[in-house]
Amino acid sequence: MNALLLRTVSSRLFWPIVMLLVLVLINVIAFPDFLTVTVKDGHLFGSIIDILRNGAPTLIIAVGMTLVIATRGIDLSVGAVAAISGAVACSILLGSSDPGNPGTVAVAVIVALIISLVLGVWNGFLVSVIGIQPIIATLILMTAGRGVAMLITEGQILTVDSAPFKELGSGFWFGIPVAVVIGAVIFAVAALLTRRTALGMLIESVGINPEASRQAGVRARVLLFTVYAFCALSAGIAGLILTANQTAADANNTGLFIELDAILAVVIGGTSLAGGRYSLAGTLVGALVIQTLVTTVYTVGIPPIVTMVFKAAVVTAVCLLQSPTTNAAFAQLRQRLAARTARVKEAAAS
Amino acid sequence: MTATIDRPRTGAPAPLRPGRPPRRPIDRLRDVLTSPKSGPVLVTAVLFVAVFIVGGVRYNGFFSGQVLLNLFVDNSYLIVLAVGMTFVILTGGIDLSVGAVVALSTMIAASLLQTGWSPGVVIPLILVLTSVLGLLVGLMIHVFKVQPFIATLAAMFLARGLCYVISKDSISITEPTFVALAVTRIPLGGGLSITPSVVIALAVVIVAVWVLGFTRFGRTVYAIGGSEQSGILMGLPVARTKVIVYVVSGFCSGLAGVLFSFYTLSGYPLTAVGTELDAIAAVVIGGTLLTGGYGFVLGSVLGGLVLGVIQTIITFEGTLSSWWTKIFIGALLLVFIILQKVLTARRR
Repeated sequence: MNALLLRTVSSRLFWPIVMLLVLVLINVIAFPDFLTVTVKDGHLFGSIIDILRNGAPTLIIAVGMTLVIATRGIDLSVGAVAAISGAVACSILLGSSDPGNPGTVAVAVIVALIISLVLGVWNGFLVSVIGIQPIIATLILMTAGRGVAMLITEGQILTVDSAPFKELGSGFWFGIPVAVVIGAVIFAVAALLTRRTALGMLIESVGINPEASRQAGVRARVLLFTVYAFCALSAGIAGLILTANQTAADANNTGLFIELDAILAVVIGGTSLAGGRYSLAGTLVGALVIQTLVTTVYTVGIPPIVTMVFKAAVVTAVCLLQSPTTNAAFAQLRQRLAARTARVKEAAAS
Repeated sequence: MTATIDRPRTGAPAPLRPGRPPRRPIDRLRDVLTSPKSGPVLVTAVLFVAVFIVGGVRYNGFFSGQVLLNLFVDNSYLIVLAVGMTFVILTGGIDLSVGAVVALSTMIAASLLQTGWSPGVVIPLILVLTSVLGLLVGLMIHVFKVQPFIATLAAMFLARGLCYVISKDSISITEPTFVALAVTRIPLGGGLSITPSVVIALAVVIVAVWVLGFTRFGRTVYAIGGSEQSGILMGLPVARTKVIVYVVSGFCSGLAGVLFSFYTLSGYPLTAVGTELDAIAAVVIGGTLLTGGYGFVLGSVLGGLVLGVIQTIITFEGTLSSWWTKIFIGALLLVFIILQKVLTARRR
């Protein structure tokens, strides 16, 4: 029993899940029907569904980010890529004669995703071939990318009127919001591909030591290209969802700070920025913690704009709880307690 | 900064050391240009002069002393930020919180001045608060082994959030001392003038050059960037220094915030979004290696001026839209990072 408890507490997912439960508990106390999910017109409605839907873009990007971070990398450019992807899709829709046609929407979406992939390959090239530190390599696209997005939209906010495109952001499939379905599919694909095959282990080996894994026959370079391309692709998908939700491409504000939210989700989920280990389940919990936090701030009645202070508090708390220093302190405390119990027992026995 | 070697001026060139061929000036020049230490700085300096000359040839009225001085006037806060960022990056860290701390400083200044506090109290208070924030970040990084990226990200969220706690709207500053500091021009003769902010920024630069080049603390900063482990083994105060660089960065961000509020005469929660990127870009373009260990404060100042001159050219061009600034900065970053990569690879 004690051993089980110990194992639970020392699990990487323990603190994030506790955090999530506390947030849900606060919501339930403030709003007793928080957990209620109702069906209206065959669609699911409720606070939980809202959290899942609004959290989907962050989750999608965070999944890609997890794999990048597992290779000891980071991708700061996801927000800019999301903005570019949205801008491309909207400008194609606006340029076409029939934006409501599903075929046109499909073309717009495919072109936007191909461009996202190209941007990801560019990041992968800078990191794996030229050997630039990931944080800097992606900083280039983060800075220039918003400029490129504005170039595409010509500095305007492009508003589109296209029913099939809007579906991506606010539609429902089988009663479930489309964004949630997309998020679940991407999460499942990433989890199956990396955890049911050796891919995940290979990615982790690159994160631990790229040179050693290369000499062991792992194609480190190809793997780096793949994770950056996948991350940019997921950023492109998230950008489309965000743009479709607003039915407008805003080069300045689409996906602003989303790279930070995604990185936070990954870190809260217990994946170390030092690479070599990752947990997609943790990322899922992390993304949910962030979105639930945002929703909690809304429902409790604190001005939503103050959310950032709470985000800072959550990050700090989780980082400090996961820190090796804190773990060492806990371990020491446990040892001292065990020693004291032993001494008490000894005293009682004699 | 490569060691200058005294050589006899007359007579046959004597070998400097036995077994080593005499070095011609051209070799020495090549060595300086290709050293990872001074190469990028010199390239930045050449680039700055070249861009300025191109601007002068293309546009009427560009090639004037005042345009040059205005680079300092408009970018004094960025120069101060880049100085603080240089300390952090030299140790191999990074500070993402500077933009948000600038915004927070303008908010604190504007709101306290509005309620009638004296500037003599407000400015020191801001500097103390931002230094304390830097101290907390430094402790989080050093004691709890949180990565600098995440710790400063948390500080960024905190600072940005606190801005909104103070006020959601822009607060204008009408306090006479601040207004006076904003409009005063210090004449330099010949119709040229600068603002008090420029003097403050230059003072910060001079102090930083002295601290990094000539104090034990400064040399320890370089040592940590070179190899933290070696620094510890040499008995350098690595722990203390690593925390203090974040205090320096916090202090510089606070001071930059004060200068920024002189410049805009208001506090606004959404101000200076993305300024951390400009500061990092200035430092990188100025030739500081992002892995730490190499770089100069004066390089970062030059980097800031290069960003400023690009902005000025885009203003002069008129037809180029503002988003080209971002694309140019991104392209410059790429060029300089690859240059650093090539130069450090040659040396190893």
